[in-house]
Amino acid sequence: MAILKKKLALGISTLSLLAVIITGCGSNSTASNSVGNSANTTASNESNQTVQNSGEKVMAGGTVRVAMSTEPDNLDPYLSAATDTNSMMDNVFDGLFEAGENSDLVPAIASSYQVSEDGLTYTFTLKQGIKFHNGADLTSKDVYYSYAKLSGLNGQEPLSSKFSGIESIDTPDDYSVVIKLKEKNAAFLAANIIAIVPKDYEQQSEKPIGAGPYKFVEYKPGQELVLEKNENFYNKDHAPVIDKVEFKIMPDANASVLALQSGDIDMIPGISSQGVLQLGDGYTVISGPQNMVQLMALNNSVKPLNDVKVRQAINYAIDKDAIIQTVAEGNGTKLGSNMSPAMKMYYQEGLEDYYKTNVDKAKELLNEAGYPNGFDLTITVPSNYQFHVDTAQVIADQLKKAGINATIKQIEWSSWLEDVYNNAKYESTIVGLTGKLDPQEVLGRYETTYAKNFFKFSNADFDKLISEGKIEINEAKRADLYKQAQTLLTEQAAAVFIMDPNRTVAMKGNLKGFKMYPVQKYDFAEMYYTEQ
Amino acid sequence: MNWKQLTKSKPLLIGSSLIALLMLMMLISLFYTPYGPNDMNSGIRLSHPQLSHLFGTDNFGRDIFSRIMKGSQTAFLIGLSSVLIGLSLGVLIGAISGYFGGWLDEVIMRLMDALLAFPGILLAIMLVSVFGPGLNNTIIALGIMSIPSFSRIARSGFMQYKEFDFVKAAIAKGAGPLRVIWYHILPNIASSLIVATSLRFSGSILAEAGLSYLGLGVQPPDPSWGRMLNEAQPFMINAPWYVLITGVIITIMVLGFNLLGDGLRDLYDRKS
Repeated sequence: MAILKKKLALGISTLSLLAVIITGCGSNSTASNSVGNSANTTASNESNQTVQNSGEKVMAGGTVRVAMSTEPDNLDPYLSAATDTNSMMDNVFDGLFEAGENSDLVPAIASSYQVSEDGLTYTFTLKQGIKFHNGADLTSKDVYYSYAKLSGLNGQEPLSSKFSGIESIDTPDDYSVVIKLKEKNAAFLAANIIAIVPKDYEQQSEKPIGAGPYKFVEYKPGQELVLEKNENFYNKDHAPVIDKVEFKIMPDANASVLALQSGDIDMIPGISSQGVLQLGDGYTVISGPQNMVQLMALNNSVKPLNDVKVRQAINYAIDKDAIIQTVAEGNGTKLGSNMSPAMKMYYQEGLEDYYKTNVDKAKELLNEAGYPNGFDLTITVPSNYQFHVDTAQVIADQLKKAGINATIKQIEWSSWLEDVYNNAKYESTIVGLTGKLDPQEVLGRYETTYAKNFFKFSNADFDKLISEGKIEINEAKRADLYKQAQTLLTEQAAAVFIMDPNRTVAMKGNLKGFKMYPVQKYDFAEMYYTEQ
Repeated sequence: MNWKQLTKSKPLLIGSSLIALLMLMMLISLFYTPYGPNDMNSGIRLSHPQLSHLFGTDNFGRDIFSRIMKGSQTAFLIGLSSVLIGLSLGVLIGAISGYFGGWLDEVIMRLMDALLAFPGILLAIMLVSVFGPGLNNTIIALGIMSIPSFSRIARSGFMQYKEFDFVKAAIAKGAGPLRVIWYHILPNIASSLIVATSLRFSGSILAEAGLSYLGLGVQPPDPSWGRMLNEAQPFMINAPWYVLITGVIITIMVLGFNLLGDGLRDLYDRKS
């Protein structure tokens, strides 16, 4: 137990968990990363050994072998939907901006931008001298090509809904791009982290070409995906040190832990807390919130969950701390609304304990709602996510004490998407909503008119706040609107917001420089080996 | 068959005592388990085997021994009922097919071939995916899965015996097909069916473990050995007893039924 406690600061978050990307499955959009404003990921001090004594020597070159649990779905950044794929290929592609460590917008291909008074016209100035991996210069024509594809201005289906609001794109010269929107959209800027691809190059799925710090070398299905250093990377401050990155496809979590121990691989980007315990000392382990919202969604349209008192009773009956201890080995951050503290600027504090566990209060509310003897509730969970299945078991146990008889029904992921996510045919479910950096995408899920509002939550005040937030350019005012929206969700008990499970990355002891981002991003350009 | 014969056959002896032991555990669990099998206690998660928790506790702090006991009910229930479904339907189909022969036989046997063409577990997964997971559907799926093997055994028996003189004599005396099938042939092929039943039993239990392992069988939090094995997997290194004990119990059950089946077959072979 002593060892266990000591390591509690280390994280849990299996790769399978990270793969719960809801929008990714629903649309063709690749950008599951989008840059909002500030969000802060804290690497826990005792486990973050990145900063060590100054006598440490950086070694040039080297190869990093990374265990990936899933196969890439499509190498084309516009056609891929999986977060894992995106986090690998993000090293190959750069966008006008990149997601910063504090979830700020870091200029990448763009050097600066301007927004017009009416908030409809964005003018981007590009850096000069940027070359794609095939040697071609990156100019405004490439940006035009990329954005025309995404927005559907090339006459085809738009590849990303985030860009469908573009009315026109102009390229007055080789290094400026002027984008006009159909209507004001405060979330647009953040969408510009999407990859810029070379003009008229249509083989992205076979041999991806971008302008990022690493070049694509090869992909052997079922085995590995290899990247190598881009010697001509335009940003000298962010130039890669590591020569080669090999992503090894290893679906079995236990096998990858053993492989790291035996030295066959150098890094596991999503390791379970059991895996960390098994590793022991001598490894670099970094852990922090991953900007996920794990929740128990309640279908607000079915009886008896349509009664706010019943939903509040469920909230009172559930002990989130116990769930975090049991399911995540303590490596999770308690939530009170549909926002992770990783979204620092938009996060409404103080909601975590709005419904402090109180079984008597829960019974009282159930009584008031007309269910003195409780009721039957089905919790539908995707069977491939053990984390959620485990959570469901703890919740069922807790609800029993308040007289609610919960039955767990496991279904396959694809049926879950069909029944629960697309058609809202369920009573309650447990799932994780991942890393959206713009608050609109996070909270917009609860808007009455949102197509995939599987909570069936509908509240006029909430809709008003969200529609105002959508067009508010002033950041402080915008943040305030979204904070109010979160409070409303909590008061209305739209769901049971449980936790943000930590993401934990384990590496060889002398592999340094890994940074946590509020989105799943592995920035190998920042990493290096030290001499042992 | 007398007691002496029984004790002479080692597989029979070992097999039946293993099964008797598990059966005893199952019977006790109907009335008593040391702890509630689904009662969580987060204070004692993953504690190792000790006097108060004979097999230790799982990741929710539930008593593994109680869960194994309770899980034996599921194992026997699923094994027994799915084999009964398979046996009754399989023998019925085999009897019709073997006794009447002709085009009916052709059609039925090709259908059975089609069923056999799928690996059993795949068939079960398909059925459970269509009708939804849960105890009842698992039983039905496993039952359907074992129809072809029973029907083949029954068919070959009926084909063989319907040519025997005593059967022909019965028919000549005016016995209807039902009477011939039930009174004259079935008792003669019972021995091979009993052996098949015993072997099938372990197959069904293993298949249930497999289905539950995939999350398609018995639903949590109710214990099933297969799902326990699945849940134990992440703790294989840090709490090895959890996965070991569950695995050993499944092995004992399957081994027991297989030995029993082998023993019975030897016994009947010697007799004939």
